[in-house]
Amino acid sequence: MSTLSKTLQLRTSPHILSGYAVDSIMFNVVLALLPATLFGMYVFGLAGTLTIVVATLSCVLSEHLICVSQKRRSTIGDWSAAVTGLLYGLTLPPSLPLWMVAFGGFVCIGLGKAIFGGLGSNPFNPALVGRAILQAAFPVPMTTWMPAFAENRFSWLPPSTLAWPFTEPVYDGFTSATPLSLQKFDQVATDAGQLALGMVSGSTGETSAILLLLGGVYLVARNMMNWRIPVSIFVVVFAFSGLLHLADAGAYPSPLFMLVSGGLVLGAVFMATDMVSAPMTGTGCLLYGALIGAIVVVIRVWGGMPEGVAYAILLGNAVAPHIDRYVRPTVYGTGRRRGAAT
Amino acid sequence: MLTVHTQSFAHGVHPEELKEQTVGLPVARLPFVDRYVLPLSQHAGAPSEPVVQVGDQVQRGDVLARPGGFVSTTLHSPVTGRVRALAPRKHPNGQMVAAFEIEADPFATQQLPRREPLDWAAMELDAFVEQVQRAGLVGLGGAAFPTHVKYRLPEGRRCEHLVINGCECEPYLTCDHRLMLERPAAVIRGIEIVSRLLGADHSTIGVELNKPDAIDALRAACHGRTDITVTGLAVKYPQGAEKMLIKALFDREVPAGKLPLDLGMIVNNVQTMAGIADYFDDGKPLIERMITVAGPGIERPANLVVPIGTSVRAVLEYCGLRAETRQVVMGGPMMGQALASLDAPVLKGTSGLLAFTEAAIHHDVEYACVRCGNCLEACSNLLNPQKLARLARGGRLDELEQACVNDCMECGACTYACPSGVPIVHLIRTAKATLRRRKGSR
Repeated sequence: MSTLSKTLQLRTSPHILSGYAVDSIMFNVVLALLPATLFGMYVFGLAGTLTIVVATLSCVLSEHLICVSQKRRSTIGDWSAAVTGLLYGLTLPPSLPLWMVAFGGFVCIGLGKAIFGGLGSNPFNPALVGRAILQAAFPVPMTTWMPAFAENRFSWLPPSTLAWPFTEPVYDGFTSATPLSLQKFDQVATDAGQLALGMVSGSTGETSAILLLLGGVYLVARNMMNWRIPVSIFVVVFAFSGLLHLADAGAYPSPLFMLVSGGLVLGAVFMATDMVSAPMTGTGCLLYGALIGAIVVVIRVWGGMPEGVAYAILLGNAVAPHIDRYVRPTVYGTGRRRGAAT
Repeated sequence: MLTVHTQSFAHGVHPEELKEQTVGLPVARLPFVDRYVLPLSQHAGAPSEPVVQVGDQVQRGDVLARPGGFVSTTLHSPVTGRVRALAPRKHPNGQMVAAFEIEADPFATQQLPRREPLDWAAMELDAFVEQVQRAGLVGLGGAAFPTHVKYRLPEGRRCEHLVINGCECEPYLTCDHRLMLERPAAVIRGIEIVSRLLGADHSTIGVELNKPDAIDALRAACHGRTDITVTGLAVKYPQGAEKMLIKALFDREVPAGKLPLDLGMIVNNVQTMAGIADYFDDGKPLIERMITVAGPGIERPANLVVPIGTSVRAVLEYCGLRAETRQVVMGGPMMGQALASLDAPVLKGTSGLLAFTEAAIHHDVEYACVRCGNCLEACSNLLNPQKLARLARGGRLDELEQACVNDCMECGACTYACPSGVPIVHLIRTAKATLRRRKGSR
């Protein structure tokens, strides 16, 4: 018994924890993304698969190398770099040259995350930072799409995929238009059902709304995601675009089309909900979602580009700390709002 | 019966209840041991002052020490025996403090001398307060605040509502549950005495809905009385914190820095009520209490009546302490204290003893705060724990005060919910201590 006394451990309370650790949450995000990822690989074949693999590896490797260069323990074990890489890969056009994919992966982790101090300190979603910079640097490759379900997709690569770094990628004869650009520039509507299933051209992993929602439901059920953000985004996008559609059905697409097209589901469910760059209070999250939803519609309808989810979320990220500053709970027994300001 | 609306408070957490080990076990009695250690300070407030000498013979229930002030209480001998020492002994908080050591008389029957019931009905409030102080009663929910202090009503204040806490929201602990099941009449009797003497109009017992049998037992025991209500409450931690209990029962908030009495309420634990009944009806002061002994390090979990002053080691060995035990906690797992030594005694405020093995202990892997907001969702005081933790780490004391750090009751819900393993409540606790010291030195 005296030996027992010597080995007694002292800790302050609480002595039990909920068991939700950062690494297990991040790992579950990866799991939740798997169905959409596998579907993306199936739809876009070898090119899509390579895009996702290179994106994920480049992010994880960047995280590791940055840690090593700073003489810190590598933090790839927390799975957050893997989540960033996977999300980033899913937002890219499947025919993007792989060197650009890898470059963007480094930007995600380096400029999106490490420069601010790593996990927990990034004001913006790192995956979207990488994507936004690629969009600015390489506008043509970032908006050139290969068709979905190309017949020889498992044995053939678009010539652009293996383009040498700093050379102009070649896009001959295989490009396709996304439903959003068809709608915006050619006024051709795509069936919402086809969109929901993901049977269309687009970014590697954002095309199947249903599989993405499935992943979101899994995370909400496991209490690992704030449902308020996607719900608020969906409601606002639906209501805002619905009003426009009611006003002039010819000029504005239907709200259902708006919901299931482009990167909205992927962005709303998996990117806007990034804990680090979203507000902390329930009300704050509703406001934040509403803001993102409104910006998405504004960019899609009146902006120069067919799609604006990424920019809408980045703008939402920028506002999130201010939302936390003004939306604060009332401390018990004070009747005054002086609690939360960050 | 369908409950449409479950009464509760804002936020909070839902830890696994882990009560199944002991909830079905009737309360047993721990056999008497050879030695008892009774620190003079085992309640909030001034230590008690010794009235017996080393070498004196004492009877079970005799006074060992009298109150050392108004916010202090009486200490009684838990056994018939001899005062062996008055010397520094290990306190559960890790310090050495002045304590009586009583050697039990192995030939004594340990029968409590019979005393006449007190004629409480004819008592003035002042006399009642004095009697409660003589009984040595403290809050038995864990805080060990001397009970009589609550009963001295300041000029012009009235206790309209007596609130009784039967929530027992800490995981593992089931001794209050067993008390309500096995001795509901004693709880009701205590309420009857206290509410009459305080002149309270009504009494409400709040019990979490995971104890439907306790609710039924209490309702049966106060059947036909209109002045006592038993209310089922949502199962949520920290439902047993008195401010949360009041919010849940009446949807009213105790103003920050004030007491429930500012709302005309006094909150007591169910065991304290049974203690009142024991003293006024049977003359039995607070010399023993019910505790839960449980956890993965215990072979035979139990609910036990334990004389105050019994060593933790004696209790745990009686219940079969496994050699793999690596941590022993006094109290519940959310707010209890890890013990450095098993020689420390069970105190008046001890509600449980838990033994954890290596597998059950959480390890301190800390990630950076990811601003997930779980701690804000957990905090029933609606504070911003992650901000408090950050300010505490930076030693930014003035900003901490502005952020209402002193409204934190240290329930630990934030830390429980944190996915990054940030020791939030520990940081807050140390910062509050620094603030108190700073205030003291000014």
